[in-house]
Amino acid sequence: MNVNTPVHYTDGPVRAFALAAVVWGVVGMLVGVVIAAQLAFPDLTHGISWLSYGRLRPLHTNAVIFAFGGSALFATSYHVVQRTCQVPLFLPKLAAFTVWGWNAVIVLAAVTLPLGITQAKEYAELEWPIDLLIAVVWVAYAIVFFGTIGTRRVRHIYVANWFFGAFIIAVALLHIVNSAAMPASLWKSYSAYAGVQDAMVQWWYGHNAVGFFLTAGFLGMMYYYIPKQAERPVYSYRLSIVHFWALIFTYMWAGPHHLHYTALPDWAQSIGMVFSLVLLAPSWGGMINGVMTLSGAWYKLRDDPILKFLIVSLSFYGMSTFEGPMMSIKTVNALSHYTDWTIGHVHSGALGWVGLISMGSLYYLIPRMFGRTTMHSVPAINLHFWIATLGIVLYIAAMWIAGVMQGLMWRALNPDGTLVYTFVESVKATFPFYLIRLVGGLLYLAGMGVMCWNVVMTIKHGAARPAPIPQLAHA
Amino acid sequence: MDILYLLIPLSAVLVLAILGVFAWALHGGQFDDLEHQGAQILDGASAPLDNHQAGHAAAAEQSPRRERTTTTTEDP
Repeated sequence: MNVNTPVHYTDGPVRAFALAAVVWGVVGMLVGVVIAAQLAFPDLTHGISWLSYGRLRPLHTNAVIFAFGGSALFATSYHVVQRTCQVPLFLPKLAAFTVWGWNAVIVLAAVTLPLGITQAKEYAELEWPIDLLIAVVWVAYAIVFFGTIGTRRVRHIYVANWFFGAFIIAVALLHIVNSAAMPASLWKSYSAYAGVQDAMVQWWYGHNAVGFFLTAGFLGMMYYYIPKQAERPVYSYRLSIVHFWALIFTYMWAGPHHLHYTALPDWAQSIGMVFSLVLLAPSWGGMINGVMTLSGAWYKLRDDPILKFLIVSLSFYGMSTFEGPMMSIKTVNALSHYTDWTIGHVHSGALGWVGLISMGSLYYLIPRMFGRTTMHSVPAINLHFWIATLGIVLYIAAMWIAGVMQGLMWRALNPDGTLVYTFVESVKATFPFYLIRLVGGLLYLAGMGVMCWNVVMTIKHGAARPAPIPQLAHA
Repeated sequence: MDILYLLIPLSAVLVLAILGVFAWALHGGQFDDLEHQGAQILDGASAPLDNHQAGHAAAAEQSPRRERTTTTTEDP
């Protein structure tokens, strides 16, 4: 054997990010439960400014998207790219830097956001010094990921890597364009764009963050961990390739649907709507492809709670990628916009799709990273699945009803043209649904607590051993 | 809407770049054997590469970077 041939995979960063995902998941979802409770009981935190809704809400979104989701993406992409390319990570020290760098970003966010330090751009709140750190970490991530692909020993690049690669490049581009700002002091900056221009850039970023961060990256997980867990190849590999190219060609211009009926030119709004509707096709193609992977082996779904996570996540993916295009239609949007229907839609995607696919993938990954084949307790995975699913259903059903109700109340007119309801009447009518949502969120958080316990027990009775790379037989 | 003078050309450049990568993948043989590739990840650790890829990997052993440009197919 040649000394140049590495014999073990670089699993240190995979382990670190997998555990970070679980820990940050608990933190982010806990903050979510707190702000859900604040909406029902506004005086909950006694007016302490650091704990006010306006400051905790961006903390929640940043924690669940970038800390939980981001760590899960780092862990799985580093795992998948090594296993499918059969090489260790390119520049392992740089990969270790991404672990420390990304977690430093998260800690800085957790400090600055409650202090009220923010750029006030949704999902891009962090101030410019942190934005610079994100850019550096992301470039390091790209070097490690694409370097690993560049040094691969398997000629074919597996489809999951295409999804991860597109996610990495797109997020770099979106982050740099949207975060362009003129610093005024260490913790204050002004956006490079103003007014409706800023809104357009913000939602070009915002929707593509959904498209590439919360969709493409997690589809990478889907295309690796579902076949692995089901022990069957993906239903149609050809369709998965079509899914990838169709999705990345059409995603970039859906953003204006966030700005219906605003100062954005009408034609730009319509373009956003049309592209959003087009997206239904590749999304459903991918969803059907993933679910049909179990074709002929449906019985596995009955016995295997990890597959339940993975397949049910796809059904939520299908639901939210149908609901999203429908909500982008201007007439529907006239009813749904600014109501809790949007919150329900987002959480059907976030809790249902992103959350469940990450948890399922982590349940596959974590035992294998600690020298075991299964988690400490399989019934606990099953328990987690059912509490989480029940939580999601309560959450999104409550928000759908609340949202449609709010939309109808706000637009209701008396014959003389005056409003039937005052705004506060709609708030009052929403109260019971805020309570149901709170229960749903609590259940989802409880499921994450079960996962946390299961992970601790799995690690306690396991050991992090280096995993050998399959070597070639030399004739 | 001056911002569209940035965002629309950016999208056009991006689509061209995506087309370029797609062309590379298409002509580089990434899509030549799609029926087989989907099952590849399920193969056990003992037989991860077929003969064709083993030829690449043998070349990669001396220089991991060279692997993509090498087209040797000799049986290892």
